Amino acid sequence: MSPFRGATAEEMEKIPENPLTPETVTINMGPQHPSTHGVLRLVVELDGEVVRKVVPHLGYLHRGMEKIAESMTYHQFIPYTDRLDYLAPLSNNVGFVLAVEKLIGLEVPPRCRAIRVLCCEIARISAHLLWLGTGALDLGAATVFFHTFRERETLYNFIEMITGTRLTTSYPRVGGLARDIPEKLIPQLTQFLETFPATVKEYEDLLTRNNIWLKRTENIGRLSAADAIELGLTGPNLRASGVEYDVRKAFPYSGYEQYKFDIPIGSTGDCYDRYLVRIEEMRQSVAILKQVVSTLPSGPINADDPKVVLPTKRKVLTSMEELIHQFIIVTEGFPAPHGEVYQAIEAPKGELGFYLKSEGDKSPYRMKIRSPSFVSLQAVPLMAEGMMVSDLIAIVASLDPVMGEVDR
Amino acid sequence: MGSEPREVEKVRERFGDALQDVVYFRGEDTLVVSAEKIAEICRFLRHDPEMAFDFLVDVTGIHYLEREYSYEVIYHLLSLARRRRLRLRTRLGEEGEIDTVTTVWRGADWHEREAYDLVGVRFRGHPDLRRILMPDDYQGHPLRKDFPLEQ
Repeated sequence: MSPFRGATAEEMEKIPENPLTPETVTINMGPQHPSTHGVLRLVVELDGEVVRKVVPHLGYLHRGMEKIAESMTYHQFIPYTDRLDYLAPLSNNVGFVLAVEKLIGLEVPPRCRAIRVLCCEIARISAHLLWLGTGALDLGAATVFFHTFRERETLYNFIEMITGTRLTTSYPRVGGLARDIPEKLIPQLTQFLETFPATVKEYEDLLTRNNIWLKRTENIGRLSAADAIELGLTGPNLRASGVEYDVRKAFPYSGYEQYKFDIPIGSTGDCYDRYLVRIEEMRQSVAILKQVVSTLPSGPINADDPKVVLPTKRKVLTSMEELIHQFIIVTEGFPAPHGEVYQAIEAPKGELGFYLKSEGDKSPYRMKIRSPSFVSLQAVPLMAEGMMVSDLIAIVASLDPVMGEVDR
Repeated sequence: MGSEPREVEKVRERFGDALQDVVYFRGEDTLVVSAEKIAEICRFLRHDPEMAFDFLVDVTGIHYLEREYSYEVIYHLLSLARRRRLRLRTRLGEEGEIDTVTTVWRGADWHEREAYDLVGVRFRGHPDLRRILMPDDYQGHPLRKDFPLEQ
């Protein structure tokens, strides 16, 4: 039968009167799509330009980190945490070592705690800058991207100064840090903190009262506080819906209780509120960083526990015991007691939690990473169904998912 | 004891033997509860005004070999109003089946899918228990302890 024959009378009857209404088209958005921020795949059912159904498919970046952790010592796993939220590796590093320290019951010195806060807040600003730049780019505002990457470059230079690398930092250690921060960092950072608020104002000049930006984000992807809690969203996505929950305030870690800062919250939970919350969070991070810099304690950076903390190079070369310790820690690791802990931190994306279950061995029996982006994506169908395709882009961008920590 | 946390007192008072054990470790409280009652206990902890665990942080599973139980399912709860965390732990036999808590918190959906996908725990009554991280046609559950690491 030729496919080009005319329709029979019988078939003509089957064609509905308005042929445009009931037909839907199912398309793939991702896994390779510039605005899915990595390898997120959304199977979208479209009725014209209206999104009828969204089904997220995950796992394209699944590397089995939780399984890998079961055969690694606690120190060996630190580099893997770099690859969770790879836009804020310092923050993941800190979260993981805090969990291990809780498990083995180890306290770190005040200077180490302060430097970790410094790292986390630099990571937050840098992650929010990337989100702002790419999020605006997704909605067609290319200029913002170049502005944010200018400041991001400065922050990456700081990260390089502190850790020696820009992306895969692996800077904290269980019981301390790999090394102290360099002296030249503080004056440069102070200078940055002085000028950065004015730069945030520049971004805001480009977007906050920009009519196109408002049209694309206001009342788009609204999420009520009740829904956000029900689905378990955390971080800026939860706070934009008006829920004042921040791990730094609710369950302070690493000395966050010493610093004064506000938790910005939104009211409507739309894309615009998520934007405003993150903008304000950058300002609050500046406030925290200024306090850290002005109150930075002196003293050691590592806990005094030779069974866990690597000795300094000088000691390794001069003392037999320290040489043995270094050898044992590197090759075998240290055992953790029987038990289970959950340690959460306020990562740039929300509550990042490490659940460690130890059976007394040198590696965890089971490790679960509770990633904020994984949970955020769960809200996409609820937020996007009934909206337009272009809104779906805005919604995914505003949730700020990073597939490294979604798939793990 | 005398100074038991309020959660322990209330769950014991209400569910009796379903509360099998309480573990305190590093300032964290874990209630070991009977798997048959999990949905009921969760519903109570969520809706009781004094408990108000309105936020489900995480659900995960652990697989064990050569024990009297084969799986543990772990629930991390949070009360936003009271700023309190609580962990529930249940033990399952070889069948590895437990009631879903998606009826209590909708957000349990993906967490339970992940526990099913990676550990092999089946959640009765889950609306859409598909794999989430591994491919749909994948055989086995990689986070089980009997999963072959070398092939």
